[in-house]
Amino acid sequence: MNKEELSVIGKPLAKVDAWEKVVGAARYADDFFLPRMAYAKIRRSDHPHALIKKIDTTRAKAVPGVYAVITGHDLPRVKFGILPVSQDEEALCIDKVRMVGDPIAAVAAVDEETAERAADLIDVEYEVLPPIMSVEEALAQDKVRIHEYGDGPNIHKAVAFEFGDVEEAFAQADLVREDVFFYEGNTHLPMEQHAAVAQWSPDGKLTLWSSTQTPHYVHRALAKTLEMAPAHIRVIAAPVGGGFGGKTDPFSHEIVVARLAQLTGRPVKIGLTREEVFYCHRGRHPVLMWIKTGVTKDGEILGMHFRSYVDGGAYGSYGVASLLYTGALQTVTYKVPRYKFEGMRAFTNKPPCGPKRGHGTPQPRYAVECHLDKIAEQLGLDPAEMRRRTVVDEYTKTANHLTVTTCGLRECIDRVVEASGWREKHRKLPYGKGVGFACSSYLTGAGLAIYWNDMPHSGAIVKVDRGGGVAILCGATEIGQGSDSVLASVVAEELGIEPKDIRVVSADSDLTPVDLGSYSSRVTLMAGNAAVQAAERVRALIHEAVAKKLEVAPGELVSRGGRVFVKDDPERGVSFAEAAVLAETLHGTLACAGSYTPPKRAGKFKGSGVGPSPCYSYSACVAEVSVDPDTGDVKVDQVWIAHDVGRALNPLLVEGQVEGSVYMGLGEALMEEQVFRKGLHKIPSMLEYKSPTTLETPEIHTILVETVDPEGPFGAKEAGQGPLLPVPPALANAVYDALGVRIDERPTHDEAAPLPVSRAALSRGSGTHDGRPRSRGHVRRGGH
Amino acid sequence: MTSKTLLTLRVNGEAHEVAVPVHKTLLEVLREDMGLIGTKHGCELGECGTCTVLVDGQPVLSCLALPVELEGREIVTVEGMAPPGRLHPLQQAFAELGAAQCGYCTPGILLASMALLTERPDPTRDEIRQALSGNICRCTGYTKILEAVELAALRLSGAGAR
Repeated sequence: MNKEELSVIGKPLAKVDAWEKVVGAARYADDFFLPRMAYAKIRRSDHPHALIKKIDTTRAKAVPGVYAVITGHDLPRVKFGILPVSQDEEALCIDKVRMVGDPIAAVAAVDEETAERAADLIDVEYEVLPPIMSVEEALAQDKVRIHEYGDGPNIHKAVAFEFGDVEEAFAQADLVREDVFFYEGNTHLPMEQHAAVAQWSPDGKLTLWSSTQTPHYVHRALAKTLEMAPAHIRVIAAPVGGGFGGKTDPFSHEIVVARLAQLTGRPVKIGLTREEVFYCHRGRHPVLMWIKTGVTKDGEILGMHFRSYVDGGAYGSYGVASLLYTGALQTVTYKVPRYKFEGMRAFTNKPPCGPKRGHGTPQPRYAVECHLDKIAEQLGLDPAEMRRRTVVDEYTKTANHLTVTTCGLRECIDRVVEASGWREKHRKLPYGKGVGFACSSYLTGAGLAIYWNDMPHSGAIVKVDRGGGVAILCGATEIGQGSDSVLASVVAEELGIEPKDIRVVSADSDLTPVDLGSYSSRVTLMAGNAAVQAAERVRALIHEAVAKKLEVAPGELVSRGGRVFVKDDPERGVSFAEAAVLAETLHGTLACAGSYTPPKRAGKFKGSGVGPSPCYSYSACVAEVSVDPDTGDVKVDQVWIAHDVGRALNPLLVEGQVEGSVYMGLGEALMEEQVFRKGLHKIPSMLEYKSPTTLETPEIHTILVETVDPEGPFGAKEAGQGPLLPVPPALANAVYDALGVRIDERPTHDEAAPLPVSRAALSRGSGTHDGRPRSRGHVRRGGH
Repeated sequence: MTSKTLLTLRVNGEAHEVAVPVHKTLLEVLREDMGLIGTKHGCELGECGTCTVLVDGQPVLSCLALPVELEGREIVTVEGMAPPGRLHPLQQAFAELGAAQCGYCTPGILLASMALLTERPDPTRDEIRQALSGNICRCTGYTKILEAVELAALRLSGAGAR
């Protein structure tokens, strides 16, 4: 469809939920106040690793105003976890705690203060075990085990793939280079602390409102852990006050409030403290990486070998997928004809890592893009031009069996090179100023569901009432990214009405068809396609009825501007409301369902389920920095980013996603880190966990590139995660341009900071081929 | 149960009588005792700016303010930025320009911006950055927020009146 034929798509419209948000009327999970409601608090572990010898709740139960105190013995002894292969979490730990913050017991009381006081009076006896706080310790320790499952003592998962003979590629290469990089962990830091409210009805049914990105998976986890029929559980995702992947797992507090509601007969609410949010985590894995690439003298990649050592934290979470993602997408950006990947994820006694914006791919992207920058310099090539030459071809398959459809990366590169004045700046700015370049790609929705099934990944119902009102019912979860607005826009376009004429009911397991959740940048494509199908079906019914009335063929009709009319004779037509009456008269109640299942394209090997996607987005980024050579303070002056979004359904929302991604990438590059000392989280507060404010966030120049992908609704691809990826490496490459100092760690660390695994161990058995010492420079991070 | 004190607070131009323990914060009283859920909390330690309200026109972190000290002061929350059913130009601009994504930090940023525009009707971008530097937003990258404050300033000054 040409742009000219579109009425809604492509227009910068306000989000449909913006109005309730700017007046403070949106009801987030913690904004529910129900009659007779009790407040819950969780007693959490003070130790990173310990056996629980005894839990005594006597003193807590005696506190006036306490309705119930529970431990793990008051719940079915059923473990849970987001991935079927890692069911290793307990709603309340019974025998063992594996991190500071692990849940042990819970209280429901008349108010929050009473609940907190009672939770403090729960007496827990521990037998303290040695904590394992790094990958290196996890590998060295074979007597103390965090979990009894995995691919080795404290190894959650180990994987290895080889696609083609990389050694042969290295033998043919003009240059073979090896590098080691470390990417520190960081967390999502959503402004909304997780909250949940559970209500139990006397007929044995449960309703849970929660700040979750994945109500469907919470629904499944509640049914499993409470041993209830899923049909008796209703999960509603309240508007989410920021997710970024941090609210994508089912959490213990959701199970705990459900059980407390059942026991007390009252609605029970829990709102986590900011410190507890740091313990929920599921954020960016710390990853140590080794990369070896063979290239021709023109920079063409012949083969790549990549290893990742992933610090998983105390539980599985999405970890198997996160680990595979550290190796999956290297081949989607540039042509890599031969590729080898080995990786492992260790258990450590820290809050579990999981999916943060970019899920498992910002770390390897940092490594690859800094590595390519060094290669370009060694070959005497312009790093932007070298990358441009090696971009993947459209409609091809990568070495690891991923299908690439459209790719606008060359245009992205050209646009940022042009806009930033790259050619005039690179290696030409005065000492202390520099520009850096990087590219990336990201999936538009995971090709496979979390649990194995052949059902659709997303469903939507479009219902038209007699007055011409349209409702969309869809399980998609609005987390601020604009999913409700995307649904309203695509249906409005199909039916020829305005988004504001549409009411969106989303993320309610009783009312809406399943959508798997707001993760992996899947919603616009998958829920969008489901909604388009539902709307097309409704439109067909409407056109059939209107065609009868006007005595024309249905194919001669179009819906636009709130009317249904004959395309070649626009005067002949009826209003949308009249058309709805005609259609309901002819067909009965007007409601159609649509659904979407992604194409089955995964390769036939174990582990192939992570990486496939209907299509991939592409980004190119230039960062310009000023670095103080004396203090090492890095100031980001400007960022240019071009993003291939397929089609911008609403450019305002797409720009917002790109700018937010750039911001989050800068935070990771400059200051954000989830770090520990002596078994304790070093900085579980917003004051000390530094994140960029208005003063550290530079001007961001966003360029949208459209390739109109055949897989997405109206050609759309993802925008919410991919644009984060090139930002940290572009920044590091800019610092090199400014000072001649390489930063192979992120965020930049003091020289003395230990690495989880020694560099020597990593490169054992594979000597450096370029004969140059690996440069390793350090710049201290900037103040705040 | 803790003993309660009877207080009269002026919120959004109206007098409200509340009986609350003296240690209860303004944030808690607004949300729990007065049902003004538009005021959000992000840390309850004064670190994020999310709970910002106006007291006598100045931005104040409601998680650190005690109502016992605020009798007779004019408190404004996001619900009181404009007459009921109407939008303040800042609210209008934030919605139009996509300055609210998840919307959670939005009330606090709107009020901090309102205080700025009262003092400086025509702020530079750097002045807006400075005024909002105590309010963390994790969604937007701030760009659209800065643009929305500029648009609202323009409209309030009459130059961009529609």
